[in-house]
Amino acid sequence: MSYILNTPDDQKAMLTAIGVESIDELFAKIPHEVRLNRPLDIPAPMAEMDLQAHVTRLLAHNRSAADMVCFLGGGAYDHFIPSVVDVIASRSEYYTAYTPYQAEASQGTLQAIFEYQSLMCVLTGLDVANASLYDGGSATAEAMLMALGITKRQEVIVAESVHPEYRQVLATYATNLHCRLRTVPTPEGFVNPDDLRACLSDTTACIIVQSPNFFGHLEEMAAIGAAAHRVGALMVASFDPIGLGILRRPGDEGADIAVAEGQGLGVPLQFGGPYLGILACRDDPRFLRKIPGRLVGETVDRHGQRCWVLTLQPREQHIARANATSNICTNQGLLALRAAVFLTALGPQGLQETAELCTRKAHYAAEQLTQIPGVSLRFRTPFFKEFTLRVPGDPANLLAKLRSAGYHAGLPLGRWYPSLADCISVAVTEQRTKAQIDGLASALRDCLR
Amino acid sequence: MNNTQSTQVIFEISKPGRRCHRVPPCDVPTERPLSELIPSNHLATAPPALPEVGEIDLIRHFTNLSTRNMSIDTNFYPLGSCTMKYNPKRHERLAALAGLAALHPLQDDETLQGILEILYEMQQFLAEISGLPAVSLQPAAGAQGELTALYVAAAYFRDKGETHRRKVLVPDSAHGTNPASAALAGFDTVTIKSGPDGLVDLSDLKAKLGDDTAVFMITNPNTLGLFETQITTITDWLHAKGALVYLDGANMNAILGITRPGDFGADMQHYNVHKTFTGPHGGGGPGSGPIAVRDFLAPYLPAPIIVKDGAKFRLNYDMPKSIGRVRSFFGNIGILFRGYCYIRTLGPEGLKRVAEHAVLNANYLRSRVAQIFDIPHPGPCMHEFVASVRSLLRERKISAKDICKRLLDFSFHAPTVYFPLVVPEALMMEPTETESKETLDAFADTLARIKEEDPEIVRTAPHTHIVSRPDEVKAAKDQKLRWQPPTASNQVSRER
Repeated sequence: MSYILNTPDDQKAMLTAIGVESIDELFAKIPHEVRLNRPLDIPAPMAEMDLQAHVTRLLAHNRSAADMVCFLGGGAYDHFIPSVVDVIASRSEYYTAYTPYQAEASQGTLQAIFEYQSLMCVLTGLDVANASLYDGGSATAEAMLMALGITKRQEVIVAESVHPEYRQVLATYATNLHCRLRTVPTPEGFVNPDDLRACLSDTTACIIVQSPNFFGHLEEMAAIGAAAHRVGALMVASFDPIGLGILRRPGDEGADIAVAEGQGLGVPLQFGGPYLGILACRDDPRFLRKIPGRLVGETVDRHGQRCWVLTLQPREQHIARANATSNICTNQGLLALRAAVFLTALGPQGLQETAELCTRKAHYAAEQLTQIPGVSLRFRTPFFKEFTLRVPGDPANLLAKLRSAGYHAGLPLGRWYPSLADCISVAVTEQRTKAQIDGLASALRDCLR
Repeated sequence: MNNTQSTQVIFEISKPGRRCHRVPPCDVPTERPLSELIPSNHLATAPPALPEVGEIDLIRHFTNLSTRNMSIDTNFYPLGSCTMKYNPKRHERLAALAGLAALHPLQDDETLQGILEILYEMQQFLAEISGLPAVSLQPAAGAQGELTALYVAAAYFRDKGETHRRKVLVPDSAHGTNPASAALAGFDTVTIKSGPDGLVDLSDLKAKLGDDTAVFMITNPNTLGLFETQITTITDWLHAKGALVYLDGANMNAILGITRPGDFGADMQHYNVHKTFTGPHGGGGPGSGPIAVRDFLAPYLPAPIIVKDGAKFRLNYDMPKSIGRVRSFFGNIGILFRGYCYIRTLGPEGLKRVAEHAVLNANYLRSRVAQIFDIPHPGPCMHEFVASVRSLLRERKISAKDICKRLLDFSFHAPTVYFPLVVPEALMMEPTETESKETLDAFADTLARIKEEDPEIVRTAPHTHIVSRPDEVKAAKDQKLRWQPPTASNQVSRER
């Protein structure tokens, strides 16, 4: 199988026009000693029918959130995706286009991204949002780079309650730059603003904090932001976009840069990616000079008609090269489109109702599960849609039993937090029904009997 | 592209009270006010002011917007260095299967055996195609793949105690991501000149290569579409100095099954799965940028890597020398999965035919374009070539940009323009293997016609599109990066 159109006659005519005898001659400049003089060792071709059967068979070995009742969170959530999102994102005018460098041929993508940027500003309460980054983890690292560049300071403070994988990304980036990364412990499941104040100094570039945090709990963002600003540091706030249906917005809490994993906004779980890195910041020339990635701006064309273009490109790698604000080139355009359609489909009421459903169901689940002897909430601070349970015995064992009962019941936290080796984290989205939550409680009770 | 539907922004068609999506009634108790569950100091007084539209409003808006794009499915898209090949529809159907789409990234390995098997095989395919045995699927795009590989190199040299290796050498024809990634990885970038033949200038390389060299980043075939014929000399020199060679894999489409970076001396490379293995491109992402490296660099790859224990597949996090992570979770799986489907569809001969016909099409188009414009570097080319319209600019005041804009009127997407930087008034054309001779002929005929057209028509093109020649200076000056309601106070604030 191939998608090649050249017939033998075409090929002959083309070779004649080029002035060579064979296709091989076109490769004559590749030295013989580096040629691969054998077929690649990969499997034989497959027709579409066979491919479909093969892939379907392999994927049937997975047990997905469609096969089991899913209470997994940790940065990726089983939120509902309205059909309009798939319908629009499946339009190949969007998904088979590329970076909108030719504005006249890309007004669809450009306007959709401009709308995405506008929606992110409304959502976060900040003034500027870029055209998207790869995911929540790398968006956090890009925010750190921004903060280092803006403040020209060299120390970054990150809360231990920030997603452990985001912190690993920060550590990877920081290792190769002239900066120090310090972690503020969060033994009670949240940042204690007093502990934080002790870490802050006039060398602090930013404090990176997540709310709802990795455990699902809400941080005292306003106090944290105020503490950061008192020493001239920035607050980088990682948020949950679904939560902003009811929770205070990062911009209203004093965040200078807000970042998020945007997967909840209409992006399928698809085993971890592609997802959507959201980044928004204050409207300040210092920030605009350092913001990474693409930006779409409004302008007019030669007839005076409103239209959209990629703008402020001198920040970017294809112009600034080694002096670019980031190395990012391709972003997550199609996922930004999905997020724009998702938020438009939900509207203010739909987002608010979705967030409220998540909250009520998560709190109902926590009540039901903690009525089981030996099961308790590990932390006492308010939470949104995810919470941490202390469970008796080995959590891995318990979770395996619950899988046999049909539940992806939660995440064992010991892998990231040795002190929480007896804990699991449980996430409840608007898609979980009372019957499923009751079913989980009943299965857990059975497992612990 | 003669769509004359309104270009209102979604916020402008909002009307309070209209709705699209509705959630079901809450089936758990709702007696307690929300503020008993979450203290009111955390709660917003109102939800964000998102647009309020009905379902048909939404569908018409985004459907009409889509028709203002050119795309591979509607137009020839010879964007050089981007490999805009056909995106098979079977991939979209298969990627939507719940067995992939509904997989949570933190599920237990025992519930992931199908996807882990696919990704394990994908690691093996990418190792085989590159001739580099160790693969990480984690990087989200080519630029992140470059950065990841440079982190790997930095960790390797730190481990060896060779922290004096501060320099990354980058040819002047390289993609801008190369020096940007090098800077982010903490290296100093040194630019290596190209010679008049478009290849790396060996004397300049020799002069700049030293004991402080960490990595040479080379694109091969390079961005002029030329194979670096002295590649083994270059890689030998780098290795003799104890440095590493990185291959920017953007142009892998030209050499699939013909030659392998590992065989010509590269130690590390990235792939652009959205290019070579037909991702698709998504209007500017998502991409996928897995990297392949030599065995001695494998311990430094980002964790986890998929391994096979007997008949079981698992994610291996036990990599003490790993650089850590460059992103959360495991990579852009949706794109890697499509690449897997593509490789399984084509097989070994099919992949080699991709390279052969990508190069055949490029050389055929080159032979036609050579009769129209100057092509500064000698052929044959590989998968792409770069023409220069400097003389046209001088003689008729028609620039490369003007030609691009005029092509849009004839329903062709423009080539890559003004890149690489070493060619003035550059038009970089990559037809890919999935185009027909008829399409290439029509495109070349159009270039010939534009060259002879009234320059005023060309300079004011496009004439058939919904917009023409946006004012980029105004966009940069006004910085209108979001929609805001047209109130007096806003207008004042934007003009400050």
